[in-house]
Amino acid sequence: MSETGQILPRGRVLRYPFAERLNHWLAAFSYIYLLLTGLAFWSPWCFWIAAALGGGQTSRTVHPWIGLVFFIAIMRMYSLWAPQMRSTESDKQWWRSLRHYIQNEDDKMPPAGRYNAGQKALFWSFFYSAIILLLTGVILWFPEEIPWNLRWLRYIAVFLHPVAALATIANFMIHIYMSVFAERGAFGSVIRGDVSLEFAKRYHPEWYKEIVGGSSSSPRK
Amino acid sequence: MSQATLRVQKISGHAGSVPGEDTQRQYTVAKLVDTTTCIGCKACEVACVEWNDMPFSPTTFDNTYQTMPETRWNYWNLITFNEHEKEDGSLMWLMRKNQCMHCAEPGCLAACPSDGAIVQYTNGIVDFQQDKCIGCGYCISGCPFNIPKFNKETKRVYKCTLCTDRVSEGLEPACIKACPTGCLHFGSKEDMLVLANQRATQLKDNYNFPNAGVYDPQGVGGTGVIYVLHDATQPELYGGLPSNPTIPLMVKLWKGPLKWLGNLAMVGGVIGLFVHYLRFGPKDRDDAPQEGAQP
Repeated sequence: MSETGQILPRGRVLRYPFAERLNHWLAAFSYIYLLLTGLAFWSPWCFWIAAALGGGQTSRTVHPWIGLVFFIAIMRMYSLWAPQMRSTESDKQWWRSLRHYIQNEDDKMPPAGRYNAGQKALFWSFFYSAIILLLTGVILWFPEEIPWNLRWLRYIAVFLHPVAALATIANFMIHIYMSVFAERGAFGSVIRGDVSLEFAKRYHPEWYKEIVGGSSSSPRK
Repeated sequence: MSQATLRVQKISGHAGSVPGEDTQRQYTVAKLVDTTTCIGCKACEVACVEWNDMPFSPTTFDNTYQTMPETRWNYWNLITFNEHEKEDGSLMWLMRKNQCMHCAEPGCLAACPSDGAIVQYTNGIVDFQQDKCIGCGYCISGCPFNIPKFNKETKRVYKCTLCTDRVSEGLEPACIKACPTGCLHFGSKEDMLVLANQRATQLKDNYNFPNAGVYDPQGVGGTGVIYVLHDATQPELYGGLPSNPTIPLMVKLWKGPLKWLGNLAMVGGVIGLFVHYLRFGPKDRDDAPQEGAQP
């Protein structure tokens, strides 16, 4: 079975094995559907999205089911990645150097492993948001089942569900920006699975060291 | 229903101005329920079910004079019954006709995300348009009176319409028509308030109810159903009528500050990221083109 860090021909290295890529896109497509229909329920100015996706009733019926799919994908992501997402000492350094990261001065950043501190934050914020969204989402799915004396559950749910959703939207926007626009090669890595060794060395130097150290074939450079 | 004669004042989930909004003013209408002369005969309950052509709904007997624990999607009007023991040991039977209160500031309408699913007419009637209802149940959370009820088969929410179809034709609601004791009245809100206050004064002066008063809660901007109570200081005694109902705080926060902060953050985020790209560009722009970067 191919694993992350496996060196491929033509100076490339496997970053995301098939199982990780598949799960990423399960989460991604379900999230995008949830985002669009969620925005429709969020504001009258976005309600046309619900009409475009089959109507308000359809969106209301399907949104919770896709929410379950998203939650399962996030839990699978947890089982795949959680050990690698633990915070390290150099992650604190990374946050202190955030200004350099924003200004594209990556050479001034402390060396990141397979995931940098920002990616770890993205992961954990999606993980905890998904739990909040599931718990509040179940209440919003069946509001008529909540007895009157437990109505505070509904009040918490109508407020926390959008709060958690907004947290994911902030992360989602940064995630899309970083992967599609800011870091060339990142988007391809989650489609085809591989990145160049230069990419690994530039953005994930510690991971690069592991790859090179753990491989018999020396990388071209 | 009958939008030809009832003019729209507010509709739910609508972006921009509301067509026909406030083109014509009408009297704000109100039901007056005098709990002190209600005998709990349930004629109004039956009239409601009959007029609105509802299917049979099984009743629940719990050793009181109450038909069922709370209103249902197909049972919009329910006389609540409470046996109240006064300080002197004597008993009072408190009967209150419970239905949609037709709030001036309806929580259901504020919470509803579906364009035009909840309408408030200029005469004050708040009505659900089931063809536009998406069944999300946000109205259930917006209502401080536990009124909107979900039908699992149609996946829509229902409640008292204040007989819009009758009122728009100049008739009183069915429940009012059926009342045999005259404890129910219908007319302009102004007139009903005068009548209610007269009755409350009468109860104070002549019937030894020093706390008698009128229930027209201002927390929801006043209601289209007002009550005369023997003891207006304790409305909870009457089947849990809230003493100061408001749109729940969390619903207000959600539809108020959270919405604006969220919208600002989302739009600001998109603009911020775009400006970042203009200013700093992609991270590897200084590099020589990566060999075989995108095979």
